[in-house]
Amino acid sequence: MKIIITNKFKALAIAIITISVLSGCQTNPNKQLLATDKSQVQLRSIQTRAFDTSDKAMVLRAVISTLQDLGFVLDNADLVLGSVSGTKFGKHEYIAYQLKMTVTVRKRGKKQVLVRANAQYNIQEVNDPKPYQDFFTSLEKSLFLTANNVD
Amino acid sequence: MNNLFILSVVLFFTLLTLGCQQTIPKEALALSPTSLEDRQIQTRLYDTNDEEMILSACAGVLQDLGFSIDESETKLGFLFGTKDRDATDAVQVTAAVVLALLGGSSMAIDKNQKLKIAIVVSPNSSGNKIRVRATFQRIVWNTNNQVTKAETMSDPEIYQEFFSKLSKSVFLEGQKI
Repeated sequence: MKIIITNKFKALAIAIITISVLSGCQTNPNKQLLATDKSQVQLRSIQTRAFDTSDKAMVLRAVISTLQDLGFVLDNADLVLGSVSGTKFGKHEYIAYQLKMTVTVRKRGKKQVLVRANAQYNIQEVNDPKPYQDFFTSLEKSLFLTANNVD
Repeated sequence: MNNLFILSVVLFFTLLTLGCQQTIPKEALALSPTSLEDRQIQTRLYDTNDEEMILSACAGVLQDLGFSIDESETKLGFLFGTKDRDATDAVQVTAAVVLALLGGSSMAIDKNQKLKIAIVVSPNSSGNKIRVRATFQRIVWNTNNQVTKAETMSDPEIYQEFFSKLSKSVFLEGQKI
């Protein structure tokens, strides 16, 4: 009996160690509010593109149709603020996930608009450049305009 | 036996904590091969250039279906509505009863659901028709208040029925009924 209890404690200790090691990627939950993995400048360059048009409404409508093509259901939209948000319930290898996106469109000078996309995958921020590139590629097709990198 | 149990608990937690390292699937924001087909199922064209009339007919059909309109932006032709409904499934109830009779513990069954609809109205490229695209999602909770389903509803029949109701609404709006 004693041996079993010791074994149990051993296993518990191993479990605690494993958990604390593996949860190393979890920072202090109280700091999540303002936590990001990348700097503001890096994030903006990944998430932003400039398009050569001054028609904000037209770009917003293209963003809306792109989001719909990507399987998002829009949650809200605002022309003045130039923002659109949507949620996608997707499946990858039979595992369901939730993807939330907010896209903002604002004028940059008289001849350009800046489009910034922002995604959240389940309970994580998305700062991998690839998904954003895919998004802007789809948006380019629906706008018939080229997405320019912003310096 | 005990050790096996503990090992499985350890493994479970290991997998759970590893979960925080999962990242976004590569194709999550790329167009899927079915996106064109989905668009056709979700879209209808109306022979008018009166975007406002179509949008108000859409608001009317949302009310016909018992949705409340939570968000709207008329300048972008956008409407968003939700409704909460019962999600009890007879098959699940039967399974739960059978399980209880066999002496098993009580099984959680689906209880309620939130249905979400987003409608986007836009003029087509030549400006003589109005395009309406509707998309539906639902979230289902069980008797333990856990989310059991969160999905996009993609059954073409739902969309056919919705658009036939919308056509009726467009007609009724036209007749000022």
